Formats: sequence, structure tokens, C-alpha cells
Amino acid sequence: MDLTFQFNWSAALASIPYLLPGIPYTLLISFGGLAIGFFIGIFFGLLRISPVRWLRWPAIFYIEVFRGTPILVQVLFIFYGLPQLLGGPINALVAGIAAIAINSGAYISEIVRGGVQSIERGQREASLSLGLSRTQSFRYIIWPQAFRRMIPPLGNQGIISIKDTSLFSVIGVGELVRQGQIYIATTFTALEVYFMVALMYLAITWTLSLILRQLERRGLVGQ
Amino acid sequence: MTTDTPTAAQPIVHMQQVNKHFGSLHVLKDIELSVEPGEVVVIIGASGSGKSTLIRCINGLEEFQSGHIEVDGNPLTPYGKSSKALQTIRTEVGMVFQQFNLFPHLSVRDNVTLAPIKVRGVSRQQASSTAQRLLERVGISDQADKYPSQLSGGQQQRVALARALAMEPRLMLFDEPTSALDPEMIGEVLDAMRELAREGMTMMIVTHEMGFAREVADRVIYIHSGQIVEQGPPAAVFDNPQHARTQSFLSRVLKH
Repeated sequence: MDLTFQFNWSAALASIPYLLPGIPYTLLISFGGLAIGFFIGIFFGLLRISPVRWLRWPAIFYIEVFRGTPILVQVLFIFYGLPQLLGGPINALVAGIAAIAINSGAYISEIVRGGVQSIERGQREASLSLGLSRTQSFRYIIWPQAFRRMIPPLGNQGIISIKDTSLFSVIGVGELVRQGQIYIATTFTALEVYFMVALMYLAITWTLSLILRQLERRGLVGQ
Repeated sequence: MTTDTPTAAQPIVHMQQVNKHFGSLHVLKDIELSVEPGEVVVIIGASGSGKSTLIRCINGLEEFQSGHIEVDGNPLTPYGKSSKALQTIRTEVGMVFQQFNLFPHLSVRDNVTLAPIKVRGVSRQQASSTAQRLLERVGISDQADKYPSQLSGGQQQRVALARALAMEPRLMLFDEPTSALDPEMIGEVLDAMRELAREGMTMMIVTHEMGFAREVADRVIYIHSGQIVEQGPPAAVFDNPQHARTQSFLSRVLKH
């Protein structure tokens, strides 16, 4: 018998129908979590640059805690730890979305802070000198410009979070990696299946990159 | 310009004993200053003398620590944050900045119409026609659909002027409006300002353009390290300065 292992293309192709059901879960956890994380990020990012110290402090605390601990520990804490407090189990999908939300939220807070702080002081001064209130100045002048600058780092964070969902196979959500593991358990074709799993992540992240590049190109108009 | 008829009207700007500190730096020292409606006041002085800070106190971009400022009857108080009076003052006082500070994400037209629409509640249509008229007045009516980055520095500064005028200000502040411009573009901005002065706008101008100051100013104020050292009609200040500091400053800037 030949002991050198050959890459078996037909085994790789055969795994596709079993892997595909993982994609909706991967997308749901990623984009659901990121959508919530985006709002968390705006909220804490703006608190972080508040002139009021006691508003800034909770934001710094949040960012440091969730940026400074591994997302794997965060999801394990939510899925296995929190039920002890709540007295009931947490749905694995919900736990996954929550972990992406709080984790990406911490990074997005910093992206929001950086974006807003990157806008020249003169923009704010010009808008205030025209009689705009601080809220109007932020809404019509600062934020639209800051958001354009935030698109590249937000895209980066999106890609990181999509890949982070692969860790959630440990809590049994049927996302891509989990689907692959289940399939490998019966076929022992780890090489082919993980190769296909990797390809599927690449397809998702690459699509996102293309969309972002388009957005950036359009966002540059008028800058 | 210089009609010395005593006006019964109250001054549009009234500063009393105004002091400002940046940390341990005493930037404005006991400033006493009144500006009459229609008056064109040019403030000169070395960089860091406090001249920009002085006009930035008038629309609350800088706060001051003691004294009293009244703008068209609206009082500004020391350490005053965003009071109602400050808001009123800002809608009545226009400002043109050294770096133009146009809004890069908005078209020229939107730069000019934003504040009238959002602050004054003017209809978009009316704001647009006013904008068109103002852009014509500063000579850039054909650029309304462009973005600021597509314009030259001189054109950008004229848009900034139109943007400020769209709020129909009672007073215009100019903070070194030509200092960031290439030499060949200074003239077009000064022309627009000259025109505005001729129409009777009350103006306070911080500038290094001495020829322009001599020509349009009703009064020239020389500031040295936060103090008003000397003031008077341009002919008096430029040709016959009374103080040694003014003399040495002028001899340095008028040499070239």
C-alpha cells in the first residue's frame, strides 16, 4: 500500500454539501455580532472622547477589558459561565453573536475615537462659528468625514471578526469549522475538508474586501 | 471710509478688562476695545502677540478668564461655555479662517447653504439662490457644484467668505485670511474684502498685509504680548507711530 498521502480532490468536493450549511451560521454570527458591535463601538467610542471624565472612564474600562482578553475566553465565559449566574442555559448562537459584538465593539470604539479625533479642529471651529450647535456640528460636519476615514479600519475589523467565529466551534455552533469537524469525524479526510473550509472563509473575506474597496473608492469623492 | 461723525448707536463689540491665560501664559492683558457698527478695524502685531486670540474670544472660540465682552448686546462671561448668548453671537458674527476650513465632504453650494438651512431654518431653495448670489459676488458662481479640493486656495477662501456672509452677519472676523495663500492669490481675496468694507460691513481683520490695512482700515490696532500698545487711524499709526515697540515692529514688516 502506498503510504504517501495524496490530496483527494473528489473527497474535497464531496465535503462541500456538508460544509455549506455552516456558512449561514458563520455569516449570521459575524454580521449580527458586527452590527451590534458597531453601535456599541459608536457609543463607547464617543464616550471615550467625552470631555467629562466620569463618562470617559467606563469607556476606557470596557475597551481595556474586552480588547485585553482573548475572544475564546470571552465566549466560553458567556456560554458556560453566565448560565451559572442566570440560572439557565444560553443558546450557543446567541453566545457567539454576543461574543463578536462585545469583542468587536471594543476595537470599533477605538476606530470611532481615532476617526473623530482625526478631523481637524478647524472643521469644528468653522461649523460653530456659523452658529451650528455642537450636536449639529457633529452630525453634519464631523461624523460624515470621520466615518469615511473609519471605513478601512472597520473593514479590517470585519475580516478579523469573521475569522474569529471559527473559534466558536468549541461551543458547538454549527458554523463552518464545526461542520467540517463533524464531517471529518466520519470520513477522516482532514486535509481535504480543512482545505475547503479555508477556501470558504477566503471566499467570504475576499468578497468583503472587494465591497470595501468599492466603498472606499466612492467615499473618496469630494475629499 | 473714515467718517468721524460720532455715532449714537451702541458699539457692536465692547470688551472690558479682558484677560486670557493659556496655562501660565498671559495671552490677553486688560483688553479695552469698542468697535462701532460699520467700522473696519485691522489688528496687527507679531505672531504670538495675541491678535488672533483676541478676535477668537469675540465669537467664543476661545474662552477668557476675566473681564466682560458684549457683542451686539449679547454678554459673554468668563469661562462661558455654550450659553444661549454665545449661540446668538455666533449666528450674528461671521468668521474667515487662515486655513479656510471649508467642509471637504460638501459641495461649494452645500458649504454655503448648510448654516442658513440648519440654523436659520431657511428653505433649501431660498438658501440656494442666496448662495448663488453670494458666489457671484465673490466671483466664483460657476464653481458651485465642485468640491473644495477642486478649487485653488484663493477660490476656497472666497467660498469661505461667501459661506460666512450667507448667515447675514452683523460683524465679520478675519483671522489672517491671506496668510496661507500663494502670493498670486492674495489679491483676489483682498479685493473681495475691500468690496465688503465698501458696502459698510463691520469688520475686524487680523492681517500682515500692511498695504491693505492702510487702505481699508478705519482704525489700526497694534498688539504686543497681549496688550494694545497703540491704535488710531492708519495714517497716524503707520506714518507716525508713537510707541517705540510699534516703530520697531513697523520698521521690520514694512522693510520688504
